[in-house]
Amino acid sequence: MRIEDHPILGKVERGRKITLKVDGEPVMAFEGETIAAALIASGQRVFRYTEKRVEPRGVFCALGRCTDCVMTVDGQPNVRTCVTPARDGMIIQMQGTPDQRETALDAGEGEG
Amino acid sequence: MGKTEIAVVGGGAAGMTAAIESARAGAQVTIIDENEQPGGQLFKQIHKFFGSGVHRAGTRGVQIGRDLLREAEEAGVQTRLNTVVYGIFPDKRLGLICGDHTEELASEIIILATGANENALSFPGWTLPGVMGAGATQTLININRVLPGRRILMVGAGNVGLIVSYQLLQAGADVIAVIEGLSYIGGYGVHASKIRRAGVPILTGFTVLRAEGKESVERAVIAQVDEKWQPISGSEEVLEVETICLAVGLSPLSELAWMAGCRFSFLPALGGWVPAHDENMQCNLPGIYVAGDLAGIEEASTAMEEGRLAGLAAAESLGYLPPEEGRKRKEELRNRLAALRIGSFGEGRATAKKKLMRAMCEK
Repeated sequence: MRIEDHPILGKVERGRKITLKVDGEPVMAFEGETIAAALIASGQRVFRYTEKRVEPRGVFCALGRCTDCVMTVDGQPNVRTCVTPARDGMIIQMQGTPDQRETALDAGEGEG
Repeated sequence: MGKTEIAVVGGGAAGMTAAIESARAGAQVTIIDENEQPGGQLFKQIHKFFGSGVHRAGTRGVQIGRDLLREAEEAGVQTRLNTVVYGIFPDKRLGLICGDHTEELASEIIILATGANENALSFPGWTLPGVMGAGATQTLININRVLPGRRILMVGAGNVGLIVSYQLLQAGADVIAVIEGLSYIGGYGVHASKIRRAGVPILTGFTVLRAEGKESVERAVIAQVDEKWQPISGSEEVLEVETICLAVGLSPLSELAWMAGCRFSFLPALGGWVPAHDENMQCNLPGIYVAGDLAGIEEASTAMEEGRLAGLAAAESLGYLPPEEGRKRKEELRNRLAALRIGSFGEGRATAKKKLMRAMCEK
């Protein structure tokens, strides 16, 4: 959900429209906004799954400190999406996926 | 290796004002900030600040941020952005990470203005997407201009919780409730009144028991607590919310000060472990100064006065200010700081600050 008009801040000034590819799907973004902002605007809440317990994580600090929102961006893993500006054509992938959960649990790695 | 007379770590409210004062006095100053843009948290503060005219009361944080950027540029402050300070060496060399390489920066004086981190609160479900810091929410709505959710539960009725709740309403969200574990509202009455007038309930003596949802928050379960902070059975309530904001205090970002070897005191009124400093904001290590939230969690207005004091004292120690002028201007800043630490809200901080200064004299 984007906030277009604001009683204090007024109308928003955004960069040009660009397209990101997020897990294969096109996502509209504005140049210069953070990747996380574009994803939240598109309705995405889960940004990654943890490696061991395969639990969902999303934006927590929005400040670049907690690393809960990291994703793989143009092949580079663990990019903090909340402080990384979106650029046209960026390929963004989620780290860890829910279907890994079964495998992890089967292998007894679900605990701890 | 690069060189600067004064290195300021952190380009927020305290760091910017420190740099401006030092540079205006004639010192060569470099701000190092890990972000893409300086200004720290000022740009998400869209409310008017408190204090008196000299503290720029009535001006919105975002405007103060813009003014400080311009003043820093006019004063000739150098700014290194996207640069992380990973360490401080005993000879006041700073270790920097800039993108894919590291560098060193030699300095004569270091002013640490690293700010604060939001505290978290752990409860079952707190790692679910949709649970986030209140400050994180404020960044998303006021800077990124996106709403992380429509229906919000705010945990904590201090100033951050109250102000961000109001700003969420301004952004078009629905704040279902503000809950507070204490039996009273911690923040200013003026902020509490604004959200009460907007119809948002503030429930004191309540805590969040758990967040529920499959892949992200779908609801929160809250309950009343007794005087020992234990949930009262039977008082549970389920709130349909998709975002839970945590406004449960801040802690000084003190890693670099610890690493440098500063002496610390534990003062809950100032947010926990805080580096001791004298009335010039200098630590027990000569040439290392602290200012802003790192020197005790307060407000942006106090951070700016402390920054100015540290910057002025640092420039003076390098011989840039005639002693009489330095003394006079520092005294003025100390009076302005004292004026921000009065009344029922400020007294505790004033007392804790005095303890912090006494800690400097201990062996």
